[in-house]
Amino acid sequence: MIPELGHFAVILALGVALLQAGLPLLGWRRRDARLLAFAGSAAQAQFLCVAAAYACLTYAFVTKDFSVAYVADNDHSQLPLIYRITAVWGAHEGSLLLWVLILSGWTLAVSIFNRRLPLDLSALVLSVLGMISSGFYLFILLTSNPFIRQVPAPAEGRDLNPILQDPGLAIHPPMLYMGYVGFSVAFSFAIAALITGRLDAAWARWTRPWTTAAWMFLTLGITLGSWWAYKELGWGGWWFWDPVENASFMPWLAGTALIHSLAVTEKRGLLKSWTVLLAILAFSLSLLGTFLVRSGVLVSVHAFASDPSRGRFILGFMAVVVGGALTLYAWRAPRLSGGGELQLFSREGLLLFNNVFLVAACAAVLLGTLYPLALDALGLGKISVGPPYFNAVFLPMIAPLFLLVGLAAVVPWKRGHWRETVRRLKRPALAALVLAVVLPFALHGRTTLLAASGALFGGWAIVAAAQDVLRRIRAKPHWRGGVAAVPRAVWGMTLAHIGLGLWALGVSGVISFGDEKDVRLARGAETELGGYSFRFEQAGETAGPNYTAQQGTVTVERDNKLVATLYPQKRLYPSQGTVLTQSSIDAGLLRDLYVSLGQGYDDGSWSLRVYYKPVIRLIWLGGVFMFFGGLLAASDRRYRLARAAERRAVEAVEAAAA
Amino acid sequence: MRYAIPLVVLLALLGLFIFGLQRDPRLVPSPLIGKAAPVFDLPTLDGQPPHMTQADLRGAPVLVNFFASWCAGCQEEHPYLMQLAQDHQVKLLGIDYKDAESDLRGWLGQHGNPYGQILSDLEGSLHVNRDQAGKPLRLLIDRLVR
Repeated sequence: MIPELGHFAVILALGVALLQAGLPLLGWRRRDARLLAFAGSAAQAQFLCVAAAYACLTYAFVTKDFSVAYVADNDHSQLPLIYRITAVWGAHEGSLLLWVLILSGWTLAVSIFNRRLPLDLSALVLSVLGMISSGFYLFILLTSNPFIRQVPAPAEGRDLNPILQDPGLAIHPPMLYMGYVGFSVAFSFAIAALITGRLDAAWARWTRPWTTAAWMFLTLGITLGSWWAYKELGWGGWWFWDPVENASFMPWLAGTALIHSLAVTEKRGLLKSWTVLLAILAFSLSLLGTFLVRSGVLVSVHAFASDPSRGRFILGFMAVVVGGALTLYAWRAPRLSGGGELQLFSREGLLLFNNVFLVAACAAVLLGTLYPLALDALGLGKISVGPPYFNAVFLPMIAPLFLLVGLAAVVPWKRGHWRETVRRLKRPALAALVLAVVLPFALHGRTTLLAASGALFGGWAIVAAAQDVLRRIRAKPHWRGGVAAVPRAVWGMTLAHIGLGLWALGVSGVISFGDEKDVRLARGAETELGGYSFRFEQAGETAGPNYTAQQGTVTVERDNKLVATLYPQKRLYPSQGTVLTQSSIDAGLLRDLYVSLGQGYDDGSWSLRVYYKPVIRLIWLGGVFMFFGGLLAASDRRYRLARAAERRAVEAVEAAAA
Repeated sequence: MRYAIPLVVLLALLGLFIFGLQRDPRLVPSPLIGKAAPVFDLPTLDGQPPHMTQADLRGAPVLVNFFASWCAGCQEEHPYLMQLAQDHQVKLLGIDYKDAESDLRGWLGQHGNPYGQILSDLEGSLHVNRDQAGKPLRLLIDRLVR
């Protein structure tokens, strides 16, 4: 009964979404305020429907209703409650339901915060969001319904894939989807601007917080995914350039470019059509990611079970949404290009360079991801493109961005002055140079070209970003007043740029100085790695709620002092007969010690994989900094103040019209 | 006109994806197709003739199968090979890989012997490609054997 209600709620949501897509458009044609106002109510009703559907599926999981095929495939009577709740998005059908829940959540948020916007713009944005939702509801109902029953019901479920039974994975997809889906808001704003032909500073100011919010969730989602892969998969790496990873990274690059070009459009009224194109692009790449992950056109380590009918549907949907948007763009964008001159040596000029490098990097990732498919299509054979390509192409392309980060903090809008710029950047540059020479030696006693350049670029970004805030604080008589005087947007930008610097330090450090070893150790035997000695003490049996495990005990010493005791496990999940290694990590800001358990031998010895991972935490810390930077920037009070002022103006106009 | 460029790029990508949907990316053609048969000189299991080389295969297509009594995948595919042997469609040559002769005889007694001839490569000296270790590998060698 409950699953049927959920199914019905999805159908109802589709109906509401279709009305939300259609009626405001009609209202816009007829200049009918009642039809325009309907969009907000529809958005709220739609959210209720999806939330009900989602609650129904969660209920089926919690109560272990194995008569629902999707629940039987992904639930198990021994599964802990928390994973029964997260198992809802553990496979294709349920993750789509999560996707539409988040999409309608964003729509709801737009309908609430947009009350201060002109009615027609707000209604058009909601209408476009309604079109996107309708497509996804159809996708669920036609190809991927999670509520289908199976009769007779199996006595036991087939369990959630054990690899997904981890807190990191429990929050990784929701965050990632918040980002993917969030770009649909910027997309809808762009479409509304194309339809109405109004694209001014106010439009950019309305779009900015939405874009920043989506971007920060995507950042956190990618960061969590990387961290989870590192700790859960037992391979010690944090990024693999797998097609599915690239699928999440391309919207991130486009979204980052969009955030920066929106700043130019708001402050200087320039790059309008480019900003609109980026907004379309960021969401299109999200859709592309969905297509790549769920259609099976590329080989990937974590593609969903593929089904050609799903692939065809998303491809058709993508053709309609992106094709429609780009057609509208080709038709209407020429009118948007406003006048105004752009000096290359100015903040907007530097931001333009930033966009060029980000979009080029994004194109390079796209090329590498689709290259195997393209070669196959041209009959030139089967190949795969891996990390060597991406590292060789991507890293040089983003290196100039670090230079820009430092410059952009001190170069003013409209026109920059070389002499003033050099004067203010002398000290950060000196500091970065010193760091580049000293830091690798201080931490590791030796240096490499990569480590030195990583420290140079990372140190430069951090110091140059921080000095801007410091200068603003120093300008006030008291530091407390200074801290309060720095706008949140500036804090946000600074934090995000510091995050970028931390990321560079982490990446260059772990690649340069990381070490790993495969060893077979008898009980009590030791091995040396990275200045630490790892002693294999013993192995025993242990058990969790739904698995049994063999657990090794490894003590790590440095200079004869105990540093850590690690308990790597090899778990057997009997429900699926899956064996998983659960690595054990002693985490620290400057180094991770990482042990995963291999195979046991008859003589009591075990094969172990031991890693020494210096500064790898900085990679994810950088992501966390960017997330909080985005949070601060999106909550800047000037958006709220401006909205209130605009609302008063809009109300005055509407009152006069009435 | 330049505003239509993104649309053109999209159309090209859509064409690519329509092609991609009709393909299975997991199908990878063997790198050995069109290559010469591997060179070998191995003792036979039944000793008649005592040795065989690749030149002895000339004249008719032969399906060469690497297998071993310890290999689970081989056991899985064995019924299919038995069926092939019964249909007499192709000559089957087995190469017993890194195995003990007594284990092999027991295994064949239990599961049946589809092979016209079995060669023993007990040390695993014959390398066809690097990934072969531990996996069943089949080669179809045509009658010309270069």
